[in-house]
Amino acid sequence: MVPFNYLIAKDADEAVALSIRNIKSKLIAGGTNLIDLMKENVSKPDTVIDINKIDSLSAITELSEGGLRLGALAKNADTAYDNRVQKRYPLLSDAILAGASAQLRNMASNGGNLLQRTRCYYFYDTATPCNKRDPGTGCSARGGYNRIHAILGASESCIAVFPSDMCVALSALDARINIQSTFGCRVIDFRDFHRLPGDSPELDNHLQHGELITSIDLPNESFDLNHSYLKLRDRSSYAFALVSVATAFKIEDGLIMDARLALGGVAHKPWRNTEAEDYMKGKAPNVQTFAEASKINLSDAKGYEHNRFKIELAKRAIIRNCLTAANKNS
Amino acid sequence: MSIIERKYFGQALNRVDGYAKVTGEAKYAAEFNVPELLYGYIINSTITRGEIKSIETETALDIEGVVEIFTYQNRPDTAWLDLKYSDMDAPPGVPFKPLHNNKIRFNGQPIALVVAESFELARYAATLVKFVYEIDLHETELQTNLTSARKPKKGLASILKPGPPKAKGNAEEAFNNALLKASGKFVHGMEHHNPIEMFASTVVYGKDGKLKIYDKTQGAINSQLYVANVFGKAYKNIRVISHFVGGAFGSGLRPQYQLFLAVMASLALKRSVRVSMNRHQMFTFGHRPATVQNTRFSSDKDGMIQSLYHDAAGETSRFEDYSEIVVNWSNMIYPSENVELGYKLVPLDVASPLDMRAPGGVTGLHPIECTIDMLAYEARIDPVKFRLINYSSFDNSSGKPWSSKELKECFRQAAKKFGWEKRNADPRSMTREGKLIGWGMAAGIWEALQLPARAEALLKTDGKLIVSSATADIGTGTYTIMTQIAADCMGMDIADVEFRLGDSDMPVAPIQGGSLTSATIGMAVQTACLGLQTALIKQAKKIKPEQFRGKNREDLEFMGGNLRIRGSSDHALSLPEIVSSTGKKEMICRNTSLPRVLKQRKYNRSAHSAVFVEVEVDEELGLAKVSRMVSAIAAGKIINPKTARSQILGGMVWGISKALHEESIMDHRFGRIINSNLGEYHIPVNADINELEVIFVNEEDTIVNDLQIKGIGEIGMVGVPPAIANAIFHATGRRFYDLPIKLDKIMAEPRMKG
Repeated sequence: MVPFNYLIAKDADEAVALSIRNIKSKLIAGGTNLIDLMKENVSKPDTVIDINKIDSLSAITELSEGGLRLGALAKNADTAYDNRVQKRYPLLSDAILAGASAQLRNMASNGGNLLQRTRCYYFYDTATPCNKRDPGTGCSARGGYNRIHAILGASESCIAVFPSDMCVALSALDARINIQSTFGCRVIDFRDFHRLPGDSPELDNHLQHGELITSIDLPNESFDLNHSYLKLRDRSSYAFALVSVATAFKIEDGLIMDARLALGGVAHKPWRNTEAEDYMKGKAPNVQTFAEASKINLSDAKGYEHNRFKIELAKRAIIRNCLTAANKNS
Repeated sequence: MSIIERKYFGQALNRVDGYAKVTGEAKYAAEFNVPELLYGYIINSTITRGEIKSIETETALDIEGVVEIFTYQNRPDTAWLDLKYSDMDAPPGVPFKPLHNNKIRFNGQPIALVVAESFELARYAATLVKFVYEIDLHETELQTNLTSARKPKKGLASILKPGPPKAKGNAEEAFNNALLKASGKFVHGMEHHNPIEMFASTVVYGKDGKLKIYDKTQGAINSQLYVANVFGKAYKNIRVISHFVGGAFGSGLRPQYQLFLAVMASLALKRSVRVSMNRHQMFTFGHRPATVQNTRFSSDKDGMIQSLYHDAAGETSRFEDYSEIVVNWSNMIYPSENVELGYKLVPLDVASPLDMRAPGGVTGLHPIECTIDMLAYEARIDPVKFRLINYSSFDNSSGKPWSSKELKECFRQAAKKFGWEKRNADPRSMTREGKLIGWGMAAGIWEALQLPARAEALLKTDGKLIVSSATADIGTGTYTIMTQIAADCMGMDIADVEFRLGDSDMPVAPIQGGSLTSATIGMAVQTACLGLQTALIKQAKKIKPEQFRGKNREDLEFMGGNLRIRGSSDHALSLPEIVSSTGKKEMICRNTSLPRVLKQRKYNRSAHSAVFVEVEVDEELGLAKVSRMVSAIAAGKIINPKTARSQILGGMVWGISKALHEESIMDHRFGRIINSNLGEYHIPVNADINELEVIFVNEEDTIVNDLQIKGIGEIGMVGVPPAIANAIFHATGRRFYDLPIKLDKIMAEPRMKG
């Protein structure tokens, strides 16, 4: 770990001002990932700006147009166990609780969850090449041990996956992200927040330096009846997803009126394929429909030496999880 | 000899060290703070094989508070004789010598120690030290180097780890001619111990140049000998203390490199120094070696075994021949006239492997017990019945009788508890809530050893007894059971008895490992207490000659803190009274206990186990869960059923880990382990562990030792991985030969419903 300055921001305006002033700074909330990265010398900020004192960012509040606003500093655990979230957005609650461990969820903030970095082994090992850590050095995972890596949307330069569970549900629910900077505020659709690696895998998302995530908005449409989150991993807790699936349906008269399907553990971002979702609309919620949707979803999938199994696993997980969601509350 | 009434022996007492441990009173090696302590941070090689060409330390040394950076170029002189670097658990070969020269022999090899006024500073300065290497080609993969397998070298360590017995009959011919056959190739990768407490040494530099060292070790005296020999010091000037160990599982059987580095820095700087490892560094020394095994077993149509063939090739370093007893077991457990067993090593560019819980046994029993299961299926005989058909009433490999063996009773009790009779033997025949259910079982064996050891019994005028021996308690319960043994022996209230350990100033004990501590130290404690009794009786005769003179030991008894005539409370002398009468503050007896080798060697002395497992398999998604496990253990007398149960539970959990989760993954291009942290080195979490049940089967054994104890450190684990693999076969109809059996293996080649 490299020595750094530690600053405390008292409000959001100060946080973005300090951030802009210190070009090599990082904001810290729960610190459950950043501190690891600093200890591993992967992240070497010269200034760490603590935003935990900004009380206004930790609330969960109703939106006037319906829907819920999740403060960026609300803890993952507080969010998952919030009555309104549990009742109206059970998919999100389930996804959060499938992630990490109880202790980590108690520390981790909602904004931080969006910004956590890949758990690719090589990204963390400074003795090996990694384009995400040190652009231009090469990708160790492509020709190395890539069991946990991407099968969708990867590039020559990076096959890492984004590790969050929470974000898979947020993607499925079409959440929006509120961002503040010294220039004002902007809103990004969740699906457009994270990016694919392309030629610049060092960038995980479209957040600019000096920008602060203030909250996440959940739209009114809550999919509280037919939903399911399935996470497949190497042990029952405290393990990242090999494949995870968030499914939500609106079913009327035995037909799927609306469908949401997002995958985790398979790409550089939570994977939404609207073509597969559109295919399911108007169809009966049965194995045939879901099998076809899973094929559409994985049609461009590409496996590497150790992760080819994920393609078939993802298909099966989609079918299984869609069936669970469709049969819920029936 | 029935002079000792066993009041506490067999009682499920709480741990005597439990309070200290849960309140944080118990201090571990890295927690002893002394004034002006310096902190060392270790730098490890990032290449696997080659040479250090140059080192740049100036930038780091320029930082205020950085005291020194030790590398091979400037390290102080240490012993030049290889033998001096040896230790109680050193395999044949030349031990690794930290900072010895510029050669890199494995990835993660320590190559420098940065010493600074704070840990954080040392860690930061370490990032500024630059090495230029000349890289050589390396080989780290066992499976692609099997052609270089060769027989292990022999050495002192071979006494406790004999090679396979000579072949008998003709296993190949018998196999070819047999009606029923089963064979397999079994592979598991490297595994690391990963105790929660990481290795650390705090070296307190005395004004007189004497060193007091708080070290994480399974043998304080082992560390003391190593330090004294390597640094040319008198034993009396080196004291090693290790009162509490936060798990070790074998990793503390050898002094680790942080000890060398901390002592080196302390002596060179004449300052107190602490060096502690981080989690990554815990993957840079001993480990369970990757092993490839082949079995070929055969039987006649009635299930009588006709031949046993088992070979194994384990990985070792290029400088030491670490070996394990992997293949010696099959013919001990199962009679056969045609047996061929082979064991070889493949030297690679890795750190030397090291004993890790049930070393060799848990490795070898997996293929043995899986192949037996396969053979039982070939013969269409229930796997328990198959084992009873082939039940050996003596050890067929040596021809020796068992000192005791209640394995049959283990099968009976565990099967009953498990409900085995309800099993449908057909694979894929049992289901529950859409999941395949598998019931599998396996047997286990582990040797019951005893070594010589010394202990001291000290009785004070306040009536407190302090018994000590330089052994360790790595969480096993040594503190508690030795207190029980001593209290019984002296007929005292257990509250008046204290057992101490983990200090090289104490009487000599061997390293704590191999399931031998209970027997070894238990007998030393008893021997010391019996010696103390003799002294007390002698003194009693001086105080009350008319009552005690002429009485033999059998006529007297120690009871309720008194010495008295057997069966009579008249003329009882309290123990404090006897001690006081000497005019001294205490009476001390130091004694050595020696195993009765002549008697013992005529027998095979082993603990046995029977493990029954239920798995739930979601084949489509590849998920396997151990929903239930029953383990029956026959290991002589159980001193404390509570601590013993915990040890067996630990073994069962680790067995689940080995079968389903655990592996150190090496990227052989780099020779680096890439999952060297507890986030990615998967061991089970609570949610993976379901119903576990432990049964202790009573066993009389007058051969092993007077206490009739066999040791239970390893027996709880050995049979678990094969029982799980066999249960998964029963559930899915498919054999998985390689461990761990992960999701991607199970979900492959699906047999979808219908």
